[in-house]
Amino acid sequence: MSGLRILVPVKRVIDYAVKPRVNRAQTAVETTSVKHSMNPFDELSIEEAVRLRERKTVPVEEIIAFSAGPPKAADILRTAMAMGADRGIHVQVDEQTPLEPLGVAKLLKKVVEASNSNLVILGKQSIDDDAGQTGQMLAGLLDWAQATQASKVEIGDGGEVTVVKEVDGGVETVRAKLPMVITTDLRLNEPRYASLPNIMKAKKKPLEKKTLKDFDLEAAPRLKTVKVTEPPPRKGGVKVEDVDGMIGKLKELGAL
Amino acid sequence: MFSTARHSVLRHARTQLRTTHPTLALSHSQSSLTRLLSTLAILEQKDGQLSQSSLSAVSAGLKLSDSVTGFIAGSDAKSVAESSSKISGLSKIIYVSNAAYDKGLPENWAPLLQQNIEKGGYTHILAPHSAFAKSTIPRLAALLDTQQISDITAIESEDTFVRPIYAGNAILTCQSSDTTKCITVRGTAFPPPETSGGNASLEEGVDPNASCPTTWVSEDLQKSDRPDLGSAEKVVSGGRGLKSKEEFDRLMPPLADALGAAIGASRAAVDSGFADNSLQVGQTGKNVAPQLYLCAGISGAIQHLAGMKDSKVIAAINKDPEAPIFQVADVGLVGDLFEKVPELTEKLKAQ
Repeated sequence: MSGLRILVPVKRVIDYAVKPRVNRAQTAVETTSVKHSMNPFDELSIEEAVRLRERKTVPVEEIIAFSAGPPKAADILRTAMAMGADRGIHVQVDEQTPLEPLGVAKLLKKVVEASNSNLVILGKQSIDDDAGQTGQMLAGLLDWAQATQASKVEIGDGGEVTVVKEVDGGVETVRAKLPMVITTDLRLNEPRYASLPNIMKAKKKPLEKKTLKDFDLEAAPRLKTVKVTEPPPRKGGVKVEDVDGMIGKLKELGAL
Repeated sequence: MFSTARHSVLRHARTQLRTTHPTLALSHSQSSLTRLLSTLAILEQKDGQLSQSSLSAVSAGLKLSDSVTGFIAGSDAKSVAESSSKISGLSKIIYVSNAAYDKGLPENWAPLLQQNIEKGGYTHILAPHSAFAKSTIPRLAALLDTQQISDITAIESEDTFVRPIYAGNAILTCQSSDTTKCITVRGTAFPPPETSGGNASLEEGVDPNASCPTTWVSEDLQKSDRPDLGSAEKVVSGGRGLKSKEEFDRLMPPLADALGAAIGASRAAVDSGFADNSLQVGQTGKNVAPQLYLCAGISGAIQHLAGMKDSKVIAAINKDPEAPIFQVADVGLVGDLFEKVPELTEKLKAQ
């Protein structure tokens, strides 16, 4: 078979270690002057694409990193390129009106068709909206095979893809022929750190800037945010001295 | 077309009610209107057994309308449909008997659901937020051109739903403008309905027999006599503090047995290989809301709290008095878990 042409969509999200705060107007989570990073699951996607190239079972013709987001999403694409992606595509979307998963999937379908990709590797969910939909939606729109929550991916030289998936209660293995959409689970790999020379090299890699208009798409959202609130806080509990105290307290609370 | 018309009639009626009788109790207005809604709950089965989590989709459906239609597919679908017909609130079960659907592959399930949904004109499609549904419902939503709403914890009205975002650190209320709403529900937020007293009729569904590019190869599921983690009344959970798989296996199962609890783990414990990934509790693992969540050696990172902070009572054993877990724990014990966990196990057993 010919080689792999891998598309890796990445998203810029609030860093996973930051505790998000709801804004005063209760319209969204505060994002100004908050540390942002690449969605952790997307780091796994890039890493897996680069490892497929390093494994050399099937030649990898190109790895495209893609992001739809505000101007700063370009930083995330540079990170992806420093990790090993060959080029980046950035579709600028206003921060106030982010795309919904269905919108991203429709956009990705056009990007897949334009770049003639035969494998799309996405994170299983983004840690901001926790929707977990984009990869599956894309596979549906393309009518491609899909494997979600992958913990292991093997591609034979005939283009046969075997994926071990995390499911409730264990793992499941499925097999399909390319083209395919795969979403990553945490156990898939350990993403590398971009080295300084690679970060420097990534600055020279091509980064294409596009808009939704270039793809003839509109971003009308289907879901309207009514409000965003803080979750109800838990009441502060008590500390007990010893195991007997713990058992006693649990009984008192009716948990035993 | 029919469903679109019905939908707009309903919306119109609601808007009228809201504007003319703003103080009218919603529950009262809902009972007369909800008959216009038609909800479909996707029921998962494995080897002829309905999954417990499927029932939460029925409960969520009953919050929208008086009766819910169930959907079952697989080689034994008719007999599972028969045995499920007693579930309270199910008025009808559509079944498709075909072994092609046994493995829950989204590539043929999505077109199967799409055709049955379009034929029945359903306004609300509900499924549990399980691995199967997480993989299948978004694909279905794309075929139906609708923006799915994942992992809801509450229903405010026929188009307004509540769901946690940012690992449960914020709660989003969103309103959908889609004609058909595809929704996955958080099982712990919707207690299952009675499994008796119902009398659902059975109806054979349409089977598009879509080709499936994916082959199911094998599965490796953890066999356990313990209660299922997602629905257990009690959960004991271990983290990095257990130091090794040997210690995890030595300390946690006896404690779980003493309580009749399921075993969970933090991501740190899973990543370090102490516990299987399927035991992971948190944003990227399972969400649990048991009566008692007892954890040892877990610091309480936000990703972990996302999966357990709706537990009724949280108890924590940790040697670090500053660990964030103590900020959410109802009962905290500062101490060495290698001493405290065996002592706790013995004392619980002695009771």
